[in-house]
Amino acid sequence: MSKYILRRALGLIPTMFIIVTICFFFIRLAPGGPFSSEKKIDPQILKNIEAKYHLDEPLVVQYVRYLGNVVRGDLGPSYKYKDYDVNFYIGKSLPKSLLLGSLALFFAVIMGMGAGMLSSLRQNTWVDYLSMSVAVIGISVPLFVIGPVFMYIFAIKLDILPTSGWIDEQGLKALIIPVFSLSLAYFATVARLSRASFLEALRSDYVRTARAKGLKASVIMFKHVLKGASLPVVSYLGPAFSGIITGSIVIEQIFRIPGLGRHFVQSAFNRDYTMIMGTVIVYSLILVLMNFLVDVIYGYLDPRISYK
Amino acid sequence: MNNDAILKVDGLKTYFNTDDGIVKAVDGVSFELRKGETLGIVGESGSGKSVTNLSLMKLIPSPPGKIMEGTAILDGKIDILKMNEAQMRELRGNKIAMIFQDPMTSLNPFLRISTQMIETVILHKKMSKKDALKKAIEMLDLVGIPNPEKRVFDYPHQFSGGMRQRVMIAMALSCDPEILIADEPTSALDVTIQAQILELIQALSKRLGTAVIMITHDLGVVAGMCDYVVVMYAGRLVERGTNDEIFDDPKHPYTQGLIKSVPRLDKPDVGRLFSIEGQPPNVIDLPECCPFHPRCNKAMDKCRTTTPAVTILENNREVRCFLYEGEK
Repeated sequence: MSKYILRRALGLIPTMFIIVTICFFFIRLAPGGPFSSEKKIDPQILKNIEAKYHLDEPLVVQYVRYLGNVVRGDLGPSYKYKDYDVNFYIGKSLPKSLLLGSLALFFAVIMGMGAGMLSSLRQNTWVDYLSMSVAVIGISVPLFVIGPVFMYIFAIKLDILPTSGWIDEQGLKALIIPVFSLSLAYFATVARLSRASFLEALRSDYVRTARAKGLKASVIMFKHVLKGASLPVVSYLGPAFSGIITGSIVIEQIFRIPGLGRHFVQSAFNRDYTMIMGTVIVYSLILVLMNFLVDVIYGYLDPRISYK
Repeated sequence: MNNDAILKVDGLKTYFNTDDGIVKAVDGVSFELRKGETLGIVGESGSGKSVTNLSLMKLIPSPPGKIMEGTAILDGKIDILKMNEAQMRELRGNKIAMIFQDPMTSLNPFLRISTQMIETVILHKKMSKKDALKKAIEMLDLVGIPNPEKRVFDYPHQFSGGMRQRVMIAMALSCDPEILIADEPTSALDVTIQAQILELIQALSKRLGTAVIMITHDLGVVAGMCDYVVVMYAGRLVERGTNDEIFDDPKHPYTQGLIKSVPRLDKPDVGRLFSIEGQPPNVIDLPECCPFHPRCNKAMDKCRTTTPAVTILENNREVRCFLYEGEK
């Protein structure tokens, strides 16, 4: 098992290398550059700036230089915000996005699995229909609708929660609406997924055996059903976590949260090459790490999977 | 009849409510089981043999299934069918244990054998975890699993099919049940393993004094190990008797057909193997008739319009056929 983990961990390196390479060349295919603006810049000044950032060198040289910096953990200076480098901006905004995303995913999984469990136990009753209807709404309504609707209800009409802002200005209350809005779609997916897998497990032969042994329904649910039924949810967690972190872009805009998502979007508009690269590296690192983690957890949950 | 019956089932009816109508999966089945005896229930797929036994454990999925009427008296005292869920839990795995057809899926693939075995003993016998584990190892040894003190910590997928069925048997017998219901315990196994498993069930039931209800469609299994035989067709009992009576002198045309359809190596070759023409009937909204009449070579006019009642012959043999009406 530890051998497998080591091998998988080493396998992350080429994956990241390919991502960095593709991204590096692709963003340079887009028209314009970090210093092109509507205002005409003196060609000599432009030349000086480009020389400062090594943009006048051949692309391959730039690429090798960048790769060297990334390996040393330096994501380079931002071309747009000249006071600090990319590392600084990511270090400041990533924890906020991570906190927001983790909380949202946590609620999505706990509530989703709870709803899925209830639905499967009360299949085709009002409990089932109600939670699955909520799930359908959660999947179909986009974030940019849910966010403002919650904001309108809880912040403006009921006036019990702040409309926007982050913990530093509003306290923990500021988290409630963003976390809840962000988690809804994931709650819905988890609920539907787990309902199906709970139903399958409840009808399985081994649950019949457990019932024939005289076990209580609660023991059967938590000891015999939960482990197997949580597998599809676990495999969904990897993409869900990276999705929720990147998905928080919209939420961060709506609720004025200084997270990484804002930099991700802004840097693309600005052609801020290093910032784009930095955010892409962070996001893809989260994605590959989560998938890796899920595979490892999977191996612990399902004894039939043996890693060699 | 005999008073020493540990289980006496009378007029059991289990129906399923489906969109197409009411499925009378079990429609008036009666039998008795005595201590240490092995009862075979034979029938084709869909004849209601499994539902009969799931009804005795009250494990019928409900809805759509429902036990409509009947009694099942255990130890001459309590009626299982009138018990509530909490009382049933006391009974399941403790007084009546069950093993199933497919040992590949009947064990939980996510839990160690030890976990699955000790939970029954801890629940019903109030043993400590340590004693329960000792008991589990003892039982695995008894069913012939080599190296049980190590293998008890394995997962189901680390055992072969036959070994898994041994584990199921060990688990089922670990609370010393009075009755073991074996629902086609060998149908999913290789022929060579089948014989081993059947011998094991037989030997252990003798040794522990457990009565066995053997559900099967394999007449060879019945002939080899059952004391009494119940033949079922379309949810109803069609014939009941001792092993010798059923095999030497089958009364019902269906039983006669079944026995003729078994290939025999001990009899001279008689050419093409006999088979009963046609299909079993659909048990949804079955009209008043003998359900076997379309396939019966002795069918009379009466069989098409009236449902035959059970006739009791000498030595308490039962047969549901007009041919024996008025005989005793």
